[in-house]
Amino acid sequence: MTSPHRLVVIGNGMAGARLVEDVLARANGDRFRITMFGDEPYGNYNRILLSGVLAGTQKPDDIFINPLDWYTDNNVTLHAGVGAERVDREAKVVYGSDGRAEPYDTLVIATGSVPFVPPFENLAPTDPSHGPGPYKDGVYVFRTLEDCERMLARAADVKSAAVIGGGLLGLEAARGLVGRGLEVSVVHLMEHLMEMQLDRDAGLMLQKSMEQLGVKVHLGKSTTGLLGNGSITGLQFKDGSTLDCDLLVVAAGIRPNVALAKSAGLEIKRGIVVNDGMATSDPSICAVGECAEHRGMVYGLVAPLWEQTAALADRLTGRVEDKVYEGSRTSTKLKVMGVDLAVMGEKQGRDADDEVVTFSEPGRGVYHKLIVREGKLAGAILLGDTSAAPALQQLFDRSTPLPDSRASLLFPAGDAQAPMSAADLPDDAQICNCNGVSKGAIVGALRGGCKTFKAVCDATRAGTGCGSCKVQVKAIVEAVAGDNLQDDPAAHYYVPGVAMAKRELVAAIKEMNLRSVSQVFDVLAAGREDPGSKAGLASLLKTIWGNDVIEERDARFINDRVHANIQKDRTYSVVPRIFGGVTTAADLRKIADVADKYNVRMVKITGGQRIDLLGLTREQLPAVWKDLGMPSGHAYTKAFRTCKTCVGSEFCRFGVGDSTALGIAIEKRFQGLESPAKMKLATAGCPRNCSEATVKDIGAVAIEGGRWEIYVGGAAGAHVRKGDLLATVDSPEEVITLTGRFMQWYREEAKYLERTYDFVPRMGLDRVRAVIVDDAEGIAARLDAEMQKTVDGFVDPWLEADRPVHPSQFIPLLPAPNAKVEVTAGRAEAHAFSGAEAGR
Amino acid sequence: MSAVVGTHAARQVNLGSLERIPIGEGRTFAIEGLQIAVFRPRSGEVFATQASCPHANGPLADGLVGNGKVVCPFHSYKFDLATGCPEGNSCAPLTTYPAGLTSGGDVVVTLGGR
Repeated sequence: MTSPHRLVVIGNGMAGARLVEDVLARANGDRFRITMFGDEPYGNYNRILLSGVLAGTQKPDDIFINPLDWYTDNNVTLHAGVGAERVDREAKVVYGSDGRAEPYDTLVIATGSVPFVPPFENLAPTDPSHGPGPYKDGVYVFRTLEDCERMLARAADVKSAAVIGGGLLGLEAARGLVGRGLEVSVVHLMEHLMEMQLDRDAGLMLQKSMEQLGVKVHLGKSTTGLLGNGSITGLQFKDGSTLDCDLLVVAAGIRPNVALAKSAGLEIKRGIVVNDGMATSDPSICAVGECAEHRGMVYGLVAPLWEQTAALADRLTGRVEDKVYEGSRTSTKLKVMGVDLAVMGEKQGRDADDEVVTFSEPGRGVYHKLIVREGKLAGAILLGDTSAAPALQQLFDRSTPLPDSRASLLFPAGDAQAPMSAADLPDDAQICNCNGVSKGAIVGALRGGCKTFKAVCDATRAGTGCGSCKVQVKAIVEAVAGDNLQDDPAAHYYVPGVAMAKRELVAAIKEMNLRSVSQVFDVLAAGREDPGSKAGLASLLKTIWGNDVIEERDARFINDRVHANIQKDRTYSVVPRIFGGVTTAADLRKIADVADKYNVRMVKITGGQRIDLLGLTREQLPAVWKDLGMPSGHAYTKAFRTCKTCVGSEFCRFGVGDSTALGIAIEKRFQGLESPAKMKLATAGCPRNCSEATVKDIGAVAIEGGRWEIYVGGAAGAHVRKGDLLATVDSPEEVITLTGRFMQWYREEAKYLERTYDFVPRMGLDRVRAVIVDDAEGIAARLDAEMQKTVDGFVDPWLEADRPVHPSQFIPLLPAPNAKVEVTAGRAEAHAFSGAEAGR
Repeated sequence: MSAVVGTHAARQVNLGSLERIPIGEGRTFAIEGLQIAVFRPRSGEVFATQASCPHANGPLADGLVGNGKVVCPFHSYKFDLATGCPEGNSCAPLTTYPAGLTSGGDVVVTLGGR
């Protein structure tokens, strides 16, 4: 046994404590011996909620995340009330303010920020023995629970308060003090409030809302000194004017707390400089949170901090040894003085090419601004009404191309399907049209205790059918639950039963050479075999190992066990492959003969240009396939389905390219190719696009000059989406190459059941192009080779007609030995029961 | 051997070798006019439930099995194999039947008597 890894964390605030939680959640507790230093004499509390304590809406006890018991329960040694004084990097020891020495293998610095207090005149206490702080009586910063308690003690005895600083923290302090019955003035150096987050118009609108709540706002005021001898009595401004006050809160900004790191000789710029692995200039020392500077950014919001601690915990525990943190896109949703505000990305247009959409309704204190760059959302400010925030957030996070009508982003024009309007829908509105789930049922589930999007879907079945309502369900969940909504880590897993995103999972499967679904459960899910994850894992293993996979039929959905599509009456549909939709009289005759012989109940021409034989029993399948003598059309599985064609240049007067030949070639090459979700393709011989190639997962359209346009990510099902133009190429061969390359990349990168119409926007068209067309990541040759291997390994599953994998593969109903049963498949059953080898 | 012991008393029915069911899957058995789904999870136990999903008559024996649960192939309703209770849905519970193996590896299901 190796001795436990000594992890010492300096700082017990939002970042330090979160990191320890993240490590504990990943590793077995005994792998680490964790020691923490915390300046404050208690457990860990939610600093964001301090304004609630100040306002009296929350009791101090309510904002604790981890009380002291939590640390002992989790074998974490917390030196509460003991700061770290010095780090000896040579000896790898941290010395505490009480003289204790803590040796470390890894040290994490999470010292957060310190309030910035400008050097005002008359700031220091007149009598140093008077009062505990470094400042004059009645002067406070707003950082800790203790600050809060001291401020409240004074607020009870005085009438007026001033807050220096019109940023978020200052306004929160002002809100709290107004709530305590004080006259409050906010003094701000800049020309409008919250200039870090808001543009001028939004700042002025916010100011108006604040003034209505009784807060006086003084802009462009530079404070030079404090008035009063013992206690504070007022402020002196540069312009000569003064302001009376009995209490002052200085909220003029924060600075990363780098003192300790600096004395230890670590590289410091604005904050403690860290790399993508969150390591400082000393590889044994990491830093997270407000004290860390990553790629030039110091974050002061909680979401980036969580991303940092999660990444570092992944690395430390070896769950993902090479996990990198690549920075965060900042966005925030908050209430300022009771006014809703959501901010994401940039607040100003960069240049004349940026499109700036604004809406202002001063009467209600509503202000909206969108920054649109290259058709995508680069930033947004929503003040006073944030109902469009969830939808905009999604568009922002995913860089999804925006609809042409920008106004529809803010005002969904009474369209019940639009996600932004979800909050306004009546309770009886049906949201999930597959399972008949109303908005009221979703709200009920939330009120009933569901805390994540997934929990709501599981409880109501909303979104579990075709999935097209998920965006809307999410919008309702976000609108109703608001800040109480918990991030569901499982949302990022490839399958719910294995706690890994696809990339991690693939790496683990390869590294540990896991060839079967049960091996994956054994090694990566502690043996817990989640039935809902089996089919996704089976598909992934097939993609990774091809024919070298260890097959487990029970991991497949029924359709993939019997190679036909089960229908509501338990009969099956059989669709033979008709390459490119081009058939012959002889094949049609064969199909007709089969339809007669087996009393097929319906013969249906499908949307994919082939023929569906419906109403066959499972026992009939092998014989039907043999009589057809045609390969499987894979109409039942998550795989490449068909390539729809038009008659192209061979017959059509308008055709400029031989789309029929190309479609046949595509279908011959890629038949049976398994993928995370189905893929429907098409080729069109001219831009009239009779085969609808622009709304297919991949479509090729011939244009004049012998060239072909390739579209990806199109759809015309539960979603309708025009495909994105991936490339224009000079030959059908190039179409086939890029098609195969795209398919292979999609197989490797897409989530299970993620169609290309979600995959392409998620990856971003630019990246898709870079990888597939420009080979910017240098993987094109590998993708092509993998695809060739898969193509070469294709085996028609209908050959199992002669080689069933189990004697009862095609027998759904087995008789009890002595029971009287009408046996329709008597020979097969007798065979099965004798236990003899399969394959008569 | 199937043995019928009285009309109302529990009776055990031998369904033959466990090998009739592919590992990890289920099969529907016809027993005296009754249809029963018998499951052979990889965990080594044997379970028996009513054959059809109460929701829309889906063939439960064709569902995905794991962690003591079966997921109906029609609309993904999930049930506990031991208790028949629905999970994450408000479907009626499944009727379950005691099931086990003989020393010779035959599946035995107990009907009635409850």
